[in-house]
Amino acid sequence: MNILVILVPCSLLLGLLALAGFLWTIQSDQYDDPDGDANRILNDD
Amino acid sequence: MTISACPACTAAPMAESTAQRGSDAAPTHELVLPHIHCAGCIRTVETVLANQPGIQSARVNLTQKRARIVAVEAADPLAWIDALSRAGIEAHESTGQTLTDDAGRALIVRLGVSGFAMMNVMLLSVAVWSGATDATRDMFHWISASIALPAAIFSAQPFFVNAWSALRVRRLNMDVPISLAILLACGMSLYEVMAGGDHAYFDAALSLTFFLLAGRVLDQRMRRAARSAAKDLAAMEPTRVTRIEEGHHVSRPLTEIAVGDQLWLTAGSRLPVDGTLDVAEARLDRSMLTGESDPVMRHRGAALQAGETVLGGPIQITATAVGEDTTLRRMARLVGIAESAKSAYTGLADRAAAIYAPAVHLIAFGAFVGWVWATSDIRLALNIAVATLIITCPCALGLAVPAVATAATGRLFRNGMLVTSDTALERLAEVDVAVFDKTGTLTRAVLLTPDTLPDDLHPVLLGLAQASHHPLAQSLVRALGDVTAAKLTDIREVPGEGVSADWFGAQVWLGRDPADNSGDTVFCVNDTCYALPRSEELLPNAREVVGKLKTMGLPVYLLTGDRSDKAQAIAQQLGVDGVTAGVTPEDKLRQVTNLTEAGHKVLMVGDGLNDTGAMAAAHASIAPGSALEASRNAADVVIVSGALTGVTQAIATSRSARKRILENFGLAASYNAVAIPLALMGFATPLMAALAMSLSSVTVILNALRLKDS
Repeated sequence: MNILVILVPCSLLLGLLALAGFLWTIQSDQYDDPDGDANRILNDD
Repeated sequence: MTISACPACTAAPMAESTAQRGSDAAPTHELVLPHIHCAGCIRTVETVLANQPGIQSARVNLTQKRARIVAVEAADPLAWIDALSRAGIEAHESTGQTLTDDAGRALIVRLGVSGFAMMNVMLLSVAVWSGATDATRDMFHWISASIALPAAIFSAQPFFVNAWSALRVRRLNMDVPISLAILLACGMSLYEVMAGGDHAYFDAALSLTFFLLAGRVLDQRMRRAARSAAKDLAAMEPTRVTRIEEGHHVSRPLTEIAVGDQLWLTAGSRLPVDGTLDVAEARLDRSMLTGESDPVMRHRGAALQAGETVLGGPIQITATAVGEDTTLRRMARLVGIAESAKSAYTGLADRAAAIYAPAVHLIAFGAFVGWVWATSDIRLALNIAVATLIITCPCALGLAVPAVATAATGRLFRNGMLVTSDTALERLAEVDVAVFDKTGTLTRAVLLTPDTLPDDLHPVLLGLAQASHHPLAQSLVRALGDVTAAKLTDIREVPGEGVSADWFGAQVWLGRDPADNSGDTVFCVNDTCYALPRSEELLPNAREVVGKLKTMGLPVYLLTGDRSDKAQAIAQQLGVDGVTAGVTPEDKLRQVTNLTEAGHKVLMVGDGLNDTGAMAAAHASIAPGSALEASRNAADVVIVSGALTGVTQAIATSRSARKRILENFGLAASYNAVAIPLALMGFATPLMAALAMSLSSVTVILNALRLKDS
């Protein structure tokens, strides 16, 4: 069961990475205008 | 970002920096763009705006259909709106503060933290469920506790705050059992872990928080949509007028206008203030105030009321009452009294909570007392009480209404309808009688071909009418449908005046009578003029909408301030169930109240001030986007797209939404019917609690997504 000493922190670390990523998406306004962002990709400027 | 054992510690400062960042490049102006829908529109708007003087940056938000602009101080938004309208894009200046959504962001951060914690604890719990024992189980429990406790304290704060404020005034709301369940589950589990017990409900406490927060986020988004709808409507009202300052015409915000100012109004504009007429005479359309469609003539010095529309123009007036003192506003304030009944309406969610909150407390407390009495084991009894509290599915209940309401308001918004209050859809679903105003709601003004006009001039008239985009000219085109247009050269349109052209050497004109200021429309060939009589016709789809309402089981009545013969003619064309003509605003209000007292739930559709009282007194109300500000404010749903079919669509969507909400309550109840007896008998395990909670939440959300228009 010693493997747990590595695996549990590993899974927590990955989870925290995902949380950090999510918070980053909020911070960089990625949910403010989903329709607009979907359409902007069609403009080639 | 630093990795920390306490997610709350990293999330809280992050939320703060997010809030600060938003205020850095605060937009100075906001334009509402009701009709943009595509990538091309974004590009056009941003390019046009970028080339305007005074604008530093402009960014379109397609989801909210608005543009945020950072501009220098004292910039004139009117020039931008003009430039946009030349590019074919309708824009209005939004008044007041721009929308910031810090509360929504804070909720989403909490949702993210609880989601992260829930997944990790769930993962650790799987090990326990699949048979970890003794030291291993205790270790997993301790790790779970160290994640769950800080995460629950941070994420569930909104529930704690709400519950506390309810308890302080000795009330029970939905948040009380929720907070109690979360706190008891955490506390009980912590005690069990310390005592080396085998049941810990950390995952249940966290998934409860997560699903309920999801419901809160949806709820909050919907309220924000209703708030911004109200703002969009305010933006459609003219915020600027032309004031005459020492002989010059200057555009000023309406708020700067004072009593005694001289204002200049073009044909077709609506009076923003009360005033006296400064020119010899003017023709005015008072249908918004009285419901009567015939224009009236006013002479120099006559008192004019805000809300009247100038037909012949331009005219000049002197303001006698502005802002809150105008007749329009004073009458609108009276309406506020009738509205108070509507705000007392209790939403389905609140009614469900009123049953749920006491029931769940009684059951849990009963379980505790029963098990103490039966076994004298307080720890066991407390465990069972907590399990009961957790397993009663408040998350399905918390998601039942917001998930459906979000889907429904979003659907209506995409179809050009704004929902302005959060109980509007529920009330709209209950209506069983529809009352319509006539003028402006079901009919519009049209021009007729004069009887005296020689037949060989019909093609010329059609040719001129085709050259104009004015709605009245378009009505002529429809009236002259079987005629072939004459060939005209040198066609010129004078905005607000009319169209001129050359017809084999003869000068022809369609538009305002150049000889006087009456606002009459004339058709002239050289110097021979024919006056075009005005009439009214049904809006396209009016008959279809009335027919559809009847098949939906709603009798349709017509109430109008107009003359009886006109009303009867229209009523016959529509096939309505009843018509009352020549009614005053008070009569309309009384009719609606009578219907309500007879046990009906009335839907009022109207656009004028004479409808406002009736709209406020009705169970639900709908107004077209062209309605007066006061009527739009009284309306639960505003049809911005202008298509009358919105009425039936709104009712159909709201009925479908109500059905889904009730189904959701049914789902939550049936989960409870199975889960509560099991919990009471002491068979509930953390695994069962986790399954019941996730399954019920997911089914409720999936059911909400089945929402359709019919």
